[in-house]
Amino acid sequence: MDQLFVNLKHWILSWSLWPDALKPLVSAMLTIAPILVVFPLMFALMTVIERKGLGRIQNRLGPNRVGPYGILQFAADGLKMLTKEDIVPRAADRVLHFLAPVVLIVPIMLSFSVIPYGRKMVPVDLDAGILFFFAVGSATELSIFMAGWSSHNKYALLGAMRSMAQMISYEMPLIISSLTVVMLAGTLSLVQIVEQQGGYLWGWLPQWNLFTPWGLAGFLLFFVATLAESNRSPFDLPEAESEIIAGYFVEYSGFKFALFFLGEYLGLFAISGLGISLFLGGWNAPLGILTWLPSWFWFFAKLAVLLAVFIWIRGTLPRLRADQLMNFAWKFMLPMTLLNVVVAAGWHYSGVAGWNLILRWVVCGGVILVAYQQLGRSFETKVTKRTYRYAE
Amino acid sequence: MTPLHAYLLLAALLFSVGLAGALIRRSAILVLVGIELMLNAANLNFIAFWRYGPHPEALGGVMFVVFSIAIAAAEAAVGLALILAIYRHYKTTEVDEVEGMKG
Amino acid sequence: MQPIPEPTTIGPVFLVLSFVTLAGAVAAMSLRNLVHCVLCLVVTFGGLSALYLRLDAEFVGLAQIFVYVGAVAILIVFAILLTRSGEVLGGVFSTGWLAGLTVAALVAVTLVVAIGRTDLRAAPESAVVKAPVRQVGDALMKEYVVPLEVTALLLTGALIGAAILAMPDRRSK
Repeated sequence: MDQLFVNLKHWILSWSLWPDALKPLVSAMLTIAPILVVFPLMFALMTVIERKGLGRIQNRLGPNRVGPYGILQFAADGLKMLTKEDIVPRAADRVLHFLAPVVLIVPIMLSFSVIPYGRKMVPVDLDAGILFFFAVGSATELSIFMAGWSSHNKYALLGAMRSMAQMISYEMPLIISSLTVVMLAGTLSLVQIVEQQGGYLWGWLPQWNLFTPWGLAGFLLFFVATLAESNRSPFDLPEAESEIIAGYFVEYSGFKFALFFLGEYLGLFAISGLGISLFLGGWNAPLGILTWLPSWFWFFAKLAVLLAVFIWIRGTLPRLRADQLMNFAWKFMLPMTLLNVVVAAGWHYSGVAGWNLILRWVVCGGVILVAYQQLGRSFETKVTKRTYRYAE
Repeated sequence: MTPLHAYLLLAALLFSVGLAGALIRRSAILVLVGIELMLNAANLNFIAFWRYGPHPEALGGVMFVVFSIAIAAAEAAVGLALILAIYRHYKTTEVDEVEGMKG
Repeated sequence: MQPIPEPTTIGPVFLVLSFVTLAGAVAAMSLRNLVHCVLCLVVTFGGLSALYLRLDAEFVGLAQIFVYVGAVAILIVFAILLTRSGEVLGGVFSTGWLAGLTVAALVAVTLVVAIGRTDLRAAPESAVVKAPVRQVGDALMKEYVVPLEVTALLLTGALIGAAILAMPDRRSK
């Protein structure tokens, strides 16, 4: 059951229908096709669940007209996007305007290829997987600039610059917190990092990177950086409807807008997939007794839980202002991630001999908590007593 | 015409295109772009010689290129900051306009 | 584990990649609109990264995309936007462009002739060359640790210097 898809692929490859010369090509197609089908479907479902979830948080029903309980809303949205007129402003730069969504989607699709979805289920097993992921992830920022600049619209350009600045600022905590995991695992290959988180202490306790002080801090920092990298609430100032209309998307309509939307959510899935592989143990089951469920089920279950938390945060927290966002990245997250690297090194070198097992938890946890509290202090504003003025 | 020759030729052509651009164009930013092209051409040269050279396991070429990329990035940052400062003063980025020695 | 890629020859892939790289470079230096120039430069960087990957320099190829496309190109774009060079009104070429072009052509001819005349004894094409990232990291920490630290100092200096240079003058009242 665990290797269902791998066996299916080998069976299809063994049909005598394919000439031998074409076998590698067919193999590559068979690996890519499920990614191209599953993730956009997940995107479609997520839009519906997000709207219904947000609706419930805001004490209203979400969309409930199309299909039972509104499940088929994504089909209606998709049809609408496809049939809308594709308007390009007269002063816009046509070539760039057309290329921007393409340049967004291609690197994100490339970055899906190094994430292990299950045991032996990684599309491309690169030795430098994480480096490849971040390299193609940084190419998406150019597409946002292209979208904003080619629209020849002040608000689009402003939204694009803000978004680029935000993405660059939050790339640093994202990368340095992954660096902690890489340092302790000794390899850049995601497959090996997930395999090292396998095995269970005393037969049932998982050994994910999350269950260590540096792993917990690292995961939380990675989580916040993920929210910022995909321009999601509470970091969605560049595309908020009530602030800057739609920011850099404003001149896009129809299918190109759908591509941007798709690209944003797919980027969210890709970075969440990376976070799951690095910190949450990838496709490993949480308890030793639950390993009978297939590995790909656990990966997608963890992804679903993360996405539910993203939707929850979107409905709950207010938006951050541009300067608050940048201050947070450079003055809080960057020092915390650097401290995390040092703490992780201390954790590794203290080993598990004797008292060290408990001591390293206390010391590492203590250092991180003290730093968190002290760095957080710099963001407090003085809370004064409120004065009310009534109309007299 | 070995592959090494081909890579060196490509690097030489890239270098001369970068040099031409740096000498011809009017905007200071494009001069910087030309300089980056020249640095990249040199990097390609290093990697080609590393790959087809006698001791690829010594990693000499790769190390040089790693440091060269880092230094080129730093130099681009400082160069662009200079261009910004000049723009603030002269209100233009054209290299022909910035010709007084005063100020 | 994927099989090691085929050793490089002057095959069609190399020709296509080198054509893309050169075309991007020529376009980057000759287009009128600065933003188009930067985007063609990005294409050049991408082509170069593909060439590095073909030359079995895995780390350098990925670092090229990471640093040049993800950081330097964005820096140049920000500089273009902040200096309002988006619309170029004046001429494309500066005065004395003919002399510049001649010099560049002379350099090109010299280099091509020099390369053509050299008898380079290259390693056999089937030599398996591996530069895994782990080895690069080990080398950085063992033999090349002094250049690493010096580069770190240089980058810090460049960061602080660039920030100070680009800061607007504060007029003390």
